[in-house]
Amino acid sequence: MKPEWPEDAHRGLWVYLEQQGTLLPVGHELLGKGRELADELGESLTAIILGHGIGDLGREAIRYGADEVLVVDHPLLEGYTTDGHAKVMAQLIEERKPNILLFGATYDGRDLAGRLAVRLSTGLTANATRLEVDREKGLLLSAVPGFGGSILAIIKSEHGRPQMSTVRPGIFAPLEPDDTRKGQIETVAVDLRPEEIRCRVVERSVLPREEIGSAERTLVAGMGTGGDLALLEELASLLEASIGVTRPLVDNGVAGRERQVGSTGVSLRSKLAIVLGASGASHFVSGLRDVGTVVAINTDENAPIFDEADVCVIGDLFELLPPLIERLEKAKMGMA
Amino acid sequence: MTPRIVVSLKVVPKPEEVSLNPETRTLDRAGAENVLNPPDKNALEVALGLKDTHGGTVTLVSMGPPLFKDYLELCLGMGADQAILLSDRLFAGADTYPTSLTLARAIQKLGGYDLVICGEESADASTGQVPPGLAEWLGVPQITFVDEVRVQGDTVIARRALGSSYEVLEAEMPAVVSVVVGSNEPRFPDFDRVEAAAKSGWVKVWTAAELGLRDDEVGLKGSYTIVHDLVEGEPVERKRHFLQGSLEEKIRALAEALEPFLRP
Repeated sequence: MKPEWPEDAHRGLWVYLEQQGTLLPVGHELLGKGRELADELGESLTAIILGHGIGDLGREAIRYGADEVLVVDHPLLEGYTTDGHAKVMAQLIEERKPNILLFGATYDGRDLAGRLAVRLSTGLTANATRLEVDREKGLLLSAVPGFGGSILAIIKSEHGRPQMSTVRPGIFAPLEPDDTRKGQIETVAVDLRPEEIRCRVVERSVLPREEIGSAERTLVAGMGTGGDLALLEELASLLEASIGVTRPLVDNGVAGRERQVGSTGVSLRSKLAIVLGASGASHFVSGLRDVGTVVAINTDENAPIFDEADVCVIGDLFELLPPLIERLEKAKMGMA
Repeated sequence: MTPRIVVSLKVVPKPEEVSLNPETRTLDRAGAENVLNPPDKNALEVALGLKDTHGGTVTLVSMGPPLFKDYLELCLGMGADQAILLSDRLFAGADTYPTSLTLARAIQKLGGYDLVICGEESADASTGQVPPGLAEWLGVPQITFVDEVRVQGDTVIARRALGSSYEVLEAEMPAVVSVVVGSNEPRFPDFDRVEAAAKSGWVKVWTAAELGLRDDEVGLKGSYTIVHDLVEGEPVERKRHFLQGSLEEKIRALAEALEPFLRP
């Protein structure tokens, strides 16, 4: 049975910010979009930061748009764990009753949000790519790409608070950081004991998590590359570009899921994307919507990807790339 | 310990074969071919691999319409021991909240389990919310997005594949893990076993009533999220400028187009 929530008792828009010493880029994006939605609702924007030795990150959240920051600093919150973060978040939410709570649709954001939705008996929408609010009803409307990305399902949660969504990285633009913005930072004490955290970390790699969604230039490899990315890597280093891939390459183990472009992966927001050897399935091209200039290279002149490109090159990428790389290298040297 | 493993899985339409009916604004899945959700096959392979090493049992639990039965029989053919299909008209329209509740009730009804293994997400809705939701209903720890799972005594040790980084976690069982797509090579079914499963009715069907769930706890009624509207994505107009000429001319034109993006 759903508990009857006095829905109007819930106020404020919260964003859960992940950090690894610095805020993850998706956190800046959540603050930017959250600011806009909070203003529309006439509610405040609160950033939540959990960790240990958080330092100045509260200030950073304010510069990027938060009115208020709740900081929970505890040795057991150093490094993400489901149990630690879920306990603290559930406690904060039950005490302070936010109306809306947004997470980045990252590994940890999805891990946490999925657990909290059941604990709090509330609705959760996954991988939102558009967010709007109904001011009258205080409702969050989250658009999620459906099958193939050509369809958007607008999801709402009329009962259950807070209204929660995970938000796909790389969709929303952060605000320009403003050093003069004022806000409040509140440090919240929590009671957390080691035995409450049931997963022990045996090993943790400290590699920074590259987010291709926020890259300025991207090369995207499709099946036409045969999974051989050597030439792409050369071109990528020349253009200082990140490398993304289509879903089949992820399924074949050529690249990790974090590099998958499309409706079930990352949306690009780069100024330039060069798509090599991808036919242009609709669930893939939806990840190119916000790209400035799309260049497509494909041997098949009828490939649908050419409908989604600004510059279309019919040709074999293995023939095109070596002389192209050579030319660009020369051009780059000429600039120095 | 010989682990009692439960694999939660589902059948999905191939995403590229589903379209929006613009008149009814509903999804048209009729023409779409169904497949076992790809990460769920990897989850099953993890379970069968653990069974190869440690013994124990592998039980399949799936919520869906009767057509799922054939797919569960294939999984039995791969080596699973038993299969429960949670099938009831009342389950229709469920979001991840009642879905994870329904699966949790079924797992609790099995009479003891050590490890629940799920695929990371479904290929149709891609929420990835069922594994953590399930873990919360069951009150056990979760390790999501893993590509390696080991069992040592009563502990599960799993590696989370976090894009370019990773972390290895361990937890006392019972626990829930979710497995990323492509993390292993699922084995082929033994078709004699598939046939035996079909002939002898190995797949059991449980309804909401058998799980002790009321109609307002499951399906659409038990869901918090509802579809407010379905819309088509706005098309983005591109220039579609085709580079002409010989290979060399195309390369020259392409290099010129890319030069503004070069930085010294």
